[in-house]
Amino acid sequence: MPLVYAGVCSHAPGIRGRKDLADPEVRDAFYGAFDGMRADLEASGAEAVIVIAAEHFANFFMNNMPSFAIGMADFYDGPIEDPGWLGIERFRATGDRDLSERVITEVMNTVDIAYAEEWLFDHGIAVPLSFLTPRFDLPVIPVNINCQGPPLTPLHRAWAFGEALRRAVDAVPEKVAIIGTGGISHWPATPDSGKINWEWDQDFMVKWCDNDRDALLDYDDLQVYADAGQGGFEIRTFLAVSAAAGGAQGTVHFMEPIPIFAVSCTIASYDLSTSDPAD
Amino acid sequence: MSLYYVQKFLFELNRSPQLQEAYTADRRAVLEPYALSDEEAEALTAPDIGKLYVLGVNGQILMHFAAFHQIEWQDYLQRMRDGIDDHGPVRAGVYAITGYEGTRAHSESLGQDRGVE
Ligand SMILES: [Fe+2]
Repeated sequence: MPLVYAGVCSHAPGIRGRKDLADPEVRDAFYGAFDGMRADLEASGAEAVIVIAAEHFANFFMNNMPSFAIGMADFYDGPIEDPGWLGIERFRATGDRDLSERVITEVMNTVDIAYAEEWLFDHGIAVPLSFLTPRFDLPVIPVNINCQGPPLTPLHRAWAFGEALRRAVDAVPEKVAIIGTGGISHWPATPDSGKINWEWDQDFMVKWCDNDRDALLDYDDLQVYADAGQGGFEIRTFLAVSAAAGGAQGTVHFMEPIPIFAVSCTIASYDLSTSDPAD
Repeated sequence: MSLYYVQKFLFELNRSPQLQEAYTADRRAVLEPYALSDEEAEALTAPDIGKLYVLGVNGQILMHFAAFHQIEWQDYLQRMRDGIDDHGPVRAGVYAITGYEGTRAHSESLGQDRGVE
């Protein structure tokens, strides 16, 4: 079936782990926006969700670092972090090995990827799922793009990968959603944690909503690092969703800097009725 | 310099309860299989969070090592800042690509005058 939902959200570990240290008003508004995203996801009728995350050396390390990886299992355990630290209890998330295999097989026609029959979710996937499928019962297909260990996945390859995912999703009979997680500007787990480049974030999300391929592919990693920190490398997940959305126009549902969560907390989605992937 | 093996050890420690137990029992002995300099081995056994940051360990790995040692979040951030003061700029890895010299210089480069939270 044609893709039923495409959106992006933040995934910082502090969103759950440091929730008591945040300003309750803005935190609750952000949590409310996550509830809205869950409602939209449910209303889409999605029977499975592809979560494109930038993981953080939980499964993939520089001994064997893929540009792209897709999970292919019937279940995934998490979180790999200490549950007390992350604020998420241990869970076993439902997967769908068969659907994963069909998606992977189609993607491989155009993009060389790694697949993984084992995957421990870190906060990149666990935090969003804890809001969007709190019982971890909607079959999930985890996806990783290397945003951590340079040399990083080139932006234009992240775009090609998003297009390949769209072709794969459209080709299967199931209704599938795609959600990208990460970014935007942040300096996670460094002495600069809590800094946010609000202007940069706003500018990026304008381009994201416009689905402006040229502008999105024009980012340069050294400049991104200077302006938006190492966390800014995670725009790859957002770009893959843009590509998958096939020219659709987006809306930001929530965006506020929450320094103790270390990011501009963001929820946004594309209106797929404006999508034309063949374009 | 063997930043790769410093990070590899921490990557494996973060994933493995067995390695965590072994590290708790004998911090030196578990480092044996990794190609580490004396400085790196000392930083991993102390543990010296500030030195590990200066050596170039990625925060996504280092923050879990700090949490494993019961170091609270703000204390973890402060130890990295102190590491820069004590040992100078980050020497390798992703944080060294722009010549990192501390939170104040970094804020100025962003045109932000406020400090970190
Ligand atoms: Fe991240």
